[in-house]
Amino acid sequence: MADHKDVDQITGVETTGHSWDGIKELNNPLPRWWLWTFYATIAFALVYSVLYPAWPLVNSATSGLLGWSSRGELAEETATANAARAGQIEQITSLSVEEINADPELRTVAIAGGRAAFKVNCVQCHGSGAEGGPGYPNLNDDAWLWGGSLDAIHTTLQHGIRFASDDDTRISEMPAFGRDGILDREQIGDVAEYVLSFAGNADDKAAADKGQAVFADNCAACHGESGEGVKELGAPALNDAIWLFGGTKDDIVRQVTAPRHGVMPAWEERLGETTVKELTVYVHSLGGGQ
Amino acid sequence: MTDKKDENLALDGARPELKADPVARGILAHHGKIERNATLLLVLSLLVVTIGGIVEIAPLFYIESTIEKVEGMRPYSPLELAGRNIYLREGCYNCHSQMIRPFRDETERYGHYSLAAESMYDHPFQWGSKRTGPDLARVGGRYSDEWQVQHLTDPRSVVPESIMPSYGFLLNADLDMKDPAGHLAANRAVGVPYDDAMVENAAADLKAQVNPDGDTSGLLARYPKAVVANFDGNPQRLTEMDALVAYLQMLGTLVDFSVYDPQENQR
Repeated sequence: MADHKDVDQITGVETTGHSWDGIKELNNPLPRWWLWTFYATIAFALVYSVLYPAWPLVNSATSGLLGWSSRGELAEETATANAARAGQIEQITSLSVEEINADPELRTVAIAGGRAAFKVNCVQCHGSGAEGGPGYPNLNDDAWLWGGSLDAIHTTLQHGIRFASDDDTRISEMPAFGRDGILDREQIGDVAEYVLSFAGNADDKAAADKGQAVFADNCAACHGESGEGVKELGAPALNDAIWLFGGTKDDIVRQVTAPRHGVMPAWEERLGETTVKELTVYVHSLGGGQ
Repeated sequence: MTDKKDENLALDGARPELKADPVARGILAHHGKIERNATLLLVLSLLVVTIGGIVEIAPLFYIESTIEKVEGMRPYSPLELAGRNIYLREGCYNCHSQMIRPFRDETERYGHYSLAAESMYDHPFQWGSKRTGPDLARVGGRYSDEWQVQHLTDPRSVVPESIMPSYGFLLNADLDMKDPAGHLAANRAVGVPYDDAMVENAAADLKAQVNPDGDTSGLLARYPKAVVANFDGNPQRLTEMDALVAYLQMLGTLVDFSVYDPQENQR
């Protein structure tokens, strides 16, 4: 209130007229920069609430003169990004994975897209260098559970492996020879020894010989006469040094007794046709593609 | 503060210029009354805050744009609800959000942005704002059950650079949900549409979801899309790991996006 004419003697500034135990308050004006900034924020808020969604009304809120919405902005951004590579997306979507792989330019594009998608979606199981780990196959080598052709990789990516919610998923199940009492402990030990002998790793020749008959009766139907594996069944080759769940005798005995089965999700529904094709070409290019 | 005598003096004519000023006589003079009466100050403060609250909060309950129409949402099955309780107990929300924001970098990584309807049966919701780990809003079905168990037991065995603690003890903790029906009834009391059959069958449904060989028709009729599996790989026991993995495997999988119209729900 500017009515007080009470002026402080020392500073020559008016006081507010309030006094606390004889101490008076100087009535200095607010700093001008502060005051104008304050007015500016009020003006900004008013303009903002007109341009952008703000005031709640009876059925909805005002949508603002600019018509902005966060979801609309996302849709626009995505459309712009897709438009920039529209031709490539169209080609990749319409062509088969073989055709994409045969076209050097498209192949480069697909591999770049596949690499990005791999880093986001696949590395958690297959490792950042696609090197795999116990229970998760290495994708750099030429050992394939379900086949390493472009088509086979594509199908695996589209529908997954033992992925319950996809009707076309790849599925196979190894019997639990030990847990379900199909083979006794000795037979399992023998057959493990025989399996090791494929790659020349058997320590106990006599047991391996006994295991041969057990293998022929129980295992050869899926894993092949000489343990070469059958890709249509997802039955891994046993005659190489590549092991999904470990290659010691103990590991093999454990797997024959009560097998573990890997599960891979189906990706087509989640990532879409184009990305899955890109991933196919990328995985195929890692080194083991057939 | 001016003492009382001064003020009265000012208004009673010792300062005629003040008396003549309508502002000083009106609002400001009366404001003195509020300052001197604590109860009145409280009552009027409450009134002001209430008006602010009504303007800011109340419209969210009735304006159409806050309530989306989606297909597929259903309340949590008893096992998922038990898993959700473990998720809360272990403080997973301290590092993991469940809210995919409508930004391109997020939708490219996590999938479709989260919808309000997807957390409508959450009490409390798990949106979160802290991401030490990744967002989990759509983690359901992204990994195998075996991966989830292995990752919870020893995170660095599958993700070498992870700093997540180990939760392997869940494998050895029997799931102790003393009164599944009570949990459902409590949620019903706060608005989750559990029907009588769901509450009655809660205990049975809890067990049915970890037994793929059993009869799951009732469970799946009540909770469509529920994942039935022996989640922790040990069919003999119903553990906390079973419940937590069951919860993780359904996150973000319910809404049927084939009939969701983003254009209509643009905001």
